[in-house]
Amino acid sequence: MRYFKCENLTEALGVIADKETRFPLLAGGTDLIVQWGGRMPEGIVDIGGVEELKLIVQRENVVEIGALVTHGTIVASKIVQRDCSALVDACKTVGAIQIQNRGTIGGNIVNASPAGDTPPVLMAFDAKVELTSLAGRRHIPLREFYLSYRKTALKPDEILTRVIIPKPKPGESATFYKIGTRKAQAISKVVMCVRSIIQNEIVEDIAIALGSVAPTVVRAPKTEKFLMGKKLNENIIDEARKSLAEEIKPIDDIRSTADYRKFVAANLLGRYLTDTFLRSPSA
Amino acid sequence: MEKNIALIINGKKRKVKAHPAERLLDVLRENLKLTGTKEGCGEGECGACSIVLNGEVVNSCIIIFGQLDNGDEITTIEGIAGKKKLHPLQQHFLECGASQCGICTPGMIMAAYALLKKNPKPTREEIKEAVAGNLCRCTGYTKIIEAIEKCVISNVKI
Repeated sequence: MRYFKCENLTEALGVIADKETRFPLLAGGTDLIVQWGGRMPEGIVDIGGVEELKLIVQRENVVEIGALVTHGTIVASKIVQRDCSALVDACKTVGAIQIQNRGTIGGNIVNASPAGDTPPVLMAFDAKVELTSLAGRRHIPLREFYLSYRKTALKPDEILTRVIIPKPKPGESATFYKIGTRKAQAISKVVMCVRSIIQNEIVEDIAIALGSVAPTVVRAPKTEKFLMGKKLNENIIDEARKSLAEEIKPIDDIRSTADYRKFVAANLLGRYLTDTFLRSPSA
Repeated sequence: MEKNIALIINGKKRKVKAHPAERLLDVLRENLKLTGTKEGCGEGECGACSIVLNGEVVNSCIIIFGQLDNGDEITTIEGIAGKKKLHPLQQHFLECGASQCGICTPGMIMAAYALLKKNPKPTREEIKEAVAGNLCRCTGYTKIIEAIEKCVISNVKI
């Protein structure tokens, strides 16, 4: 077995640029080591020590989070608490403290689980991911990153290096929801983030992203479109709930049923809209 | 292809030699004979293998030896007590009946230990959250939370 302990990004990119040494990348390992289950790959490219990917940086309009930032670090980050508190809420629900101390946001994204906790928030925020290879960097919206079940747009010689989150606009609010069997260590039945600008009861902007209801984390464009520009009232909220239940195509599995997931997702959207409607200035 | 890493284990410098793909849990139990750390689920769900790595509680079953660096500090259940005296957390677990079969106890204590090191005055909610990743099939948790609370009230330095 070959074990590459990479000190910096260029070194890691060099190792996976060569087909002979294109082994799995290892960060925190909280998903991968469990998935390997003792049947270790022929080689491992350990990027856990690449310090340049452990930073949270504030720019004028965005917050950049390095791929190797742990969930625990995000929970404690003043920057993320201020500009994307829904992500802090999501990171708090990842596994338990032991997992939050090791698991990374980049790992959570590339693991591509349809039940991942952070991707719905990032997708609702129109976050972009930075994909880096020796040839250079490219940025793509997270929305275009998931191609199908556990398949991503990451090329074999690329590393997901950063996630870039736009800062909230004035009047914007966002809420993270996770419904599971218990609070800690639960994989969700439904995980969801809604972000919106609702002024004077009118939906000026809305983004709805969900996990555990499709082969990948998804947005709900039909329901978003339905709500856009609408003046909120009980009827509209009810219509939006129905629209979301129709739009998503969850499955029955060991954690839940399709019917329950539709029902819960609709209820969460209803709760979000009702709460935001009640908080809306002129309500 | 074994690898040497200079670690600080329970306060003592140790040169440890192991295969990089070996689980830290096995390195502790088999190579170093620190069998206080237990294996439960083996997949990061139950917390029985919890240890403290550089001040943070982690599951040693889902860390491999190669991930460690020279100078990393590891504290296991063996490292918290005095030579002839139990650690206050251990003493309170004993007095409160917070340990029955004992498999979860070392991990539970290490999770509580990491909490109290960072936050000497946690609320009951914070205590619950800190041990949420540690499963116990015997006690129903109440006595465990009580034991940690008593340790907080007793004001001893952890």
